[in-house]
Amino acid sequence: MTLTERLRDKISRAFYSHGLFCASYPIPIILFTGFCILACCYPLLKLPLPGTGPVEYTTPVKDYSPPLSDPDRQQKDRSEQPDWYVGAPVAYIQQIFVKSTVSPWHKNLLTVDVFRSPLSRVFQLVEEIRNHVLRDSSGTKSLEEVCLQVTDLLPGLKKLRNLLPEHGCLLLSPGNFWQNDQERFSADPDIIRTIHQHEPKTLQTSATLKDLLFGVPGKYSGMNLYTRKRMVSYTITLVFQNYHSRYLNSLRARLKLLHPSPNCSLQEENLVHVHFKEEIGIAELIPLVTTYIILFAYIYFSTRKIDMVKSKWGLALAAVVTVLSSLLMSVGLCTLFGLTPTLNGGEIFPYLVVVIGLENVLVLTKSVVSTPVDLEVKLRIAQGLSNESWSIMKNMATELGIILIGYFTLVPAIQEFCLFAVVGLVSDFFLQMLFFTTVLSIDIRRMELADLNKRLPPEVCLHPAKPAGRGHRYERQLAMRPSTPHTITLQPSSFRNLRLPKRLRVIYFLARTRLAQRLIMVGTVIWIGILVYTDPAGLRTYLTAQVTEQSPLGEAGLPPMPVPGGVLPAGDPKSTFSIFPPDASKLAENQTLPWESPEVQEPQDHLEGAPHSSLLDTGPAPEVTWGPEDEELWRKLSFRHWPSLFSYYNITLAKRYISLLPVIPVTLYLNPQEVQHQQEAPHYWPHKPPSSGTSQGEGQGKAFESPNRTHGHGDVTLYKVAALGLASGILLVLLLFCLYRVFCPKNYGQHGSSHGRRKRGDLPCDDYGYSPPETEIIPLVLRGHLMDIECLASDGMLLVSCCLVGQIRVWDAQTGDCLTLIPKQGLRRDSGGVFDSQESWEQLSDGGKGSPEELGDTPQLRRLLGPPQPPLFGDQPDLTCLIDTNFSEQTQIPPLESSQPEPRHRTGCRQPHDPPGYDFSRLVQRVYQEERLNPAPLPALGPPSPVPSFHCPEDEACSHREKGSPIPTWTPDTESSVWSLDLQGNLIVAGRSNGRLEVWDAIEGTLRCSNDEVTSGITALVFLNKRIVTARLSGSLDFFSLETLTVLSHLQFRGTPGRGSAPSSPVYSNSDTIICHLTHTVSCAHQKPITALKAAAGRVVTGSQDHTLRVYRLEDSCCLFTLQGHSGAITAVYIDQTMVLASGGQDGAICLWDVLTGSRVSHMFAHRGDVTSLTCTTSCIISSGLDDLISIWDRSTNIKLYSIQQDMGCGSSLGVISDNLLVTGGQGCVSFWDLNYGDLLQTVYLGKSSEAQPARQILVLDNAAVVCNFGSELSLVYVPSVLEKLD
Amino acid sequence: MAERETASSVPPKCGPYISSVTSRSMNLMIRGVVLFLIGVFLALVLNLLQIQRNVTLFPPDVIASIFSSAWWVPPCCGTASAVIGLLYPCIDRHLGEPHKFKREWSSVMRCVAVFVGINHASAKVDFDNNIQLSLTLAALSIGLWWTFDRSRSGFGLGVGIAFLATLVTQLLVYNGVYQYTSPDFLYVRSWLPCIFFAGGITMGNIGRQLAMI
Repeated sequence: MTLTERLRDKISRAFYSHGLFCASYPIPIILFTGFCILACCYPLLKLPLPGTGPVEYTTPVKDYSPPLSDPDRQQKDRSEQPDWYVGAPVAYIQQIFVKSTVSPWHKNLLTVDVFRSPLSRVFQLVEEIRNHVLRDSSGTKSLEEVCLQVTDLLPGLKKLRNLLPEHGCLLLSPGNFWQNDQERFSADPDIIRTIHQHEPKTLQTSATLKDLLFGVPGKYSGMNLYTRKRMVSYTITLVFQNYHSRYLNSLRARLKLLHPSPNCSLQEENLVHVHFKEEIGIAELIPLVTTYIILFAYIYFSTRKIDMVKSKWGLALAAVVTVLSSLLMSVGLCTLFGLTPTLNGGEIFPYLVVVIGLENVLVLTKSVVSTPVDLEVKLRIAQGLSNESWSIMKNMATELGIILIGYFTLVPAIQEFCLFAVVGLVSDFFLQMLFFTTVLSIDIRRMELADLNKRLPPEVCLHPAKPAGRGHRYERQLAMRPSTPHTITLQPSSFRNLRLPKRLRVIYFLARTRLAQRLIMVGTVIWIGILVYTDPAGLRTYLTAQVTEQSPLGEAGLPPMPVPGGVLPAGDPKSTFSIFPPDASKLAENQTLPWESPEVQEPQDHLEGAPHSSLLDTGPAPEVTWGPEDEELWRKLSFRHWPSLFSYYNITLAKRYISLLPVIPVTLYLNPQEVQHQQEAPHYWPHKPPSSGTSQGEGQGKAFESPNRTHGHGDVTLYKVAALGLASGILLVLLLFCLYRVFCPKNYGQHGSSHGRRKRGDLPCDDYGYSPPETEIIPLVLRGHLMDIECLASDGMLLVSCCLVGQIRVWDAQTGDCLTLIPKQGLRRDSGGVFDSQESWEQLSDGGKGSPEELGDTPQLRRLLGPPQPPLFGDQPDLTCLIDTNFSEQTQIPPLESSQPEPRHRTGCRQPHDPPGYDFSRLVQRVYQEERLNPAPLPALGPPSPVPSFHCPEDEACSHREKGSPIPTWTPDTESSVWSLDLQGNLIVAGRSNGRLEVWDAIEGTLRCSNDEVTSGITALVFLNKRIVTARLSGSLDFFSLETLTVLSHLQFRGTPGRGSAPSSPVYSNSDTIICHLTHTVSCAHQKPITALKAAAGRVVTGSQDHTLRVYRLEDSCCLFTLQGHSGAITAVYIDQTMVLASGGQDGAICLWDVLTGSRVSHMFAHRGDVTSLTCTTSCIISSGLDDLISIWDRSTNIKLYSIQQDMGCGSSLGVISDNLLVTGGQGCVSFWDLNYGDLLQTVYLGKSSEAQPARQILVLDNAAVVCNFGSELSLVYVPSVLEKLD
Repeated sequence: MAERETASSVPPKCGPYISSVTSRSMNLMIRGVVLFLIGVFLALVLNLLQIQRNVTLFPPDVIASIFSSAWWVPPCCGTASAVIGLLYPCIDRHLGEPHKFKREWSSVMRCVAVFVGINHASAKVDFDNNIQLSLTLAALSIGLWWTFDRSRSGFGLGVGIAFLATLVTQLLVYNGVYQYTSPDFLYVRSWLPCIFFAGGITMGNIGRQLAMI
């Protein structure tokens, strides 16, 4: 035992015990594994969430200085600073936040007044800012010196040229809409239109121009006709190149002085640095998406191979979970041990999955399901594991080796990838062994339970791999079957050929898997996901916000600071936290500043002149309040706000950061007089504002009448788009549905039920919308046997059948005529013994009229000298041969059978015009012979072998004959029944249950030689090239050889001018003496009876009940191999000239063997129950089992292509006509299938009478005729010529 | 394949023969078209990868250039892949050794994924020097062949394709149709043959699988 073998043994044993362990404690193991996964994934929580949202970092304004570009200098506080906080920012952004309101509100004011006058003030403010100059000891600084100077806009933004500043300071304000020109503003008839004219018509995620210029999100700006708040907010955005604290401070102080914000509680302490990650563009996205598509295709095609389990989906899910969680575990473990992933996780993920692969999981599944079903689940799992242990370990070692090689490329990226892959592989192995195996064991157990339930009525025992729906279909078919008797559905193969080229198969593949629908679905889901994720109000910003809030650095930026009471002289501290308190009208009194309230009160009194002015003032008095949220209002902007602003000037923020300075609050109170003054302009809408309160209802009505264009612009657009999208989506779905109905009129999902006869397995590709034309094929029924036919043999020209009583009939395979009848053993044996080789005997079939007398009569004896002469018997009435007789039968069989000639059925031996060898009196002669010539020894018989070839137990025969005639019972003589039969040339070899081997002449019906040296019954025999191999019940194997005493020159070709065809098989001429002698005996070939025997290519293969196969050389009967691998008795063996050896056993398994080396090539678990027959073509293996299922397997990959559900009791009746044509038997019918596609081509019903009987056996003759065994009848079906042309 | 040949060797009698011939050529055409589309798609995607890293230089405006100025690249790749994909099963048939190793779609998908991965690595991973990069990619390509093909004909054809394609690329670059930013192997990058080899193997794999449908 070499080292590898020992290792292999150990591994296999370890896996075995591990499998037992897993299957024994499934639930605890799964729980444990889940815990492990969670534990290993725990470090992942520390990783930032994926996404390209900006990251923030806050520093205090005090003592701020831009970070140094050299990170090494700042080692001391690296811990708290993010690693991007290096070097100066791209820009400093100073927002001057203006809140303005008209106060007090007067009922005569128009709605536009809410924002017209506040906006008009922006020009003064901008002027103020532009002209601000810092003068101190160090000199003067103007805005131009510190601000960010921008150059041209990008060439693609021509239409924004007038709106955004160029060649100068980057200073944005709403005034830019009017080119910072107050004249233009006052001349503008429709402010809101001007503002909104550049709004995009569609949903857009990036910042709009309005947002850019206003600097606040649209809904906070108050630029809305129907706002009830009557407060307008906007910002003036200044972008600085450098941080110049004194200039900024002076600007701040100046503005505060000019426009004090009394109740302002803003902290103004923190600088927020916003770092933008790399944007993923379409160029990066396409390859990424492609790799993911390939990944999904890979997963799909892999998991599709999972077969023969209870829940395919469940196992596929488990497989995917195994791989994914192993990857997560790998990343988690790597993070735990200090490796921070630098690679883009999303990019390398598909490659990792592909490297780790799903193969092991599939191999495990296949191995486990191919263990014998009758074992206990535990043992099955254990066996399956241990079977594949070596290959799994080998694969894993190889992969680890490859990855380790990759590790030594010393390229950091590849090293990291390899590290992940190694850890992933190991954790994948761990999960496979614990998680997947356990899931598999649970699944197998469930399947067993389900099978147990199904087994109760054995006829509904279906293939376990079939989903329930299909099973129902089969049952329905079976039920429907009687309703459509005698319909012969023919699909002309040429037509089929035209219709089903491979291109169509591709399309059908698409249709079958509904690839298009699935792709559309997946695409939609992905699209929605992307929308949700990237929408400004969507998940992404939410996630970003979450990240920001979670991060300890971001937290500092948002402290809900209580307002120090001293700051607000007349303020209510509580109000600072709510922007628009519900009881604002009350608060208004309190909060108006002392110095301003007189101003406000005065005009109000002046204008209203009424004590109940508050009644007219319907809305709450607008009150400008400043809360902490105003400080962070830029957060509510789109996260693309700043990048898009800078990108207009071709400045990228990707991987860089900007610093946001604390906002400068500016509060503007405008008195109504000012507003009135501005109102002079003639082109205002005449309506009163709905809130002006003169008449609430009227106002409302007008509001609805008024041009709705600007109403709630942002929100309404959103809703509109959503509604339109929904509508168009529904329309699209309807359209697709209609198209689908048009193009797929057949509901291909259920084609099984539409075609009652379809019983196919997995490859549906029929029913494409045409019904096959019906043709009728009436088979030739060969009647004659009285009992069920047991053995069938043919060499293409002749057909030999033997029934339970031992009667052998020889039929012409072309015409269906019965050529010879060899009656049952008792008679034959005595006659055979005395055979003169020159003579031939033939059974006399007495005519209907003559038979009664003749039977009792002394046998008519006739000795033939030379070939039989038909004219001699020409006087015999034709009817005679209709009687199916031998001597003993005739007493029993009434003539009525013969008087019932069916036109299409050929019964018995009828044709006198048929070739020579038709001698009706032969049997009589035989009897005569028996009496007269018995003692005569064969002159030609000089047995060269020690085997005494012939003997003649006369007494037994005579007694048998005497006894035979009166006895009407047909109990087969167990001692002498024929158990096996073979035919070659014109010789029939029959093996009997008493161990006797007989060689008969098929034409003459004479016994040529026999051998009964061994008394053990011949269970199987093979007749090949003058050699006969017999397998006996005792397990011994005998090799005989046939020798003719005359030389081969006597070989002649059978066939007379009367026959159209020219058969070419050599015939043993009648003149030769044939000697059969035992050349070799393998006395103990098997421990138990030999059940299967096949020979081809100079090899003899035996299969026995002792679970083994043996391969012998035909020439010298030398045992070459003993093949072990089945766990049950061998039931079927197949070997052909190409040395392909397949075997099937009672364990339901099929093994493929290499005959040259004796090694097992593959092992498939094929059937539940015995494999009853097995045959191969060049490309596939066809097996049938006791489960009445015919399975077709791909020979190279051992994948089951499809399976055919057979009728009850017809399971093993199948034959291969050509490489492409399979014929199976059914309940009174035979079906032709296209082997490559698995399509049912045609079903032929074989007459009414045989309808009830299942076709038990099918034999394919060379001339494309099919012989089916329906009990005591044989049917000869000519394969429709059109089928032969199938390519 | 074998049965197709026998079908065509049957004397031309009537419909079935012709139909089998037409369906055969039709089938060939369909396969060619599918392979062509796959080739075009992969060329587009992989070109994007290369363009991101400025490995190849086309006139500016990345996305636009893919569809305008370098329009001829994807069709060329598509045609080449169609030829390769049809050549592989054809050669298999002529050599009489049908390719039986891992003939499953999942394995084909895996192969394609690895091929894209190789391209990805060539475009995105920073290597110290070009020799290291080329050696790594060569090893990866050979590994691809070993993992998914393992046939001598596949290897030979792959090498031939790599040689031819590199030659063509050299000629193209020499004539100034486009250029590589940092050529280190005459006019092109030294890893180019590896990529071509891997591409040949991959397309051959797809072609063989398609021939089996």
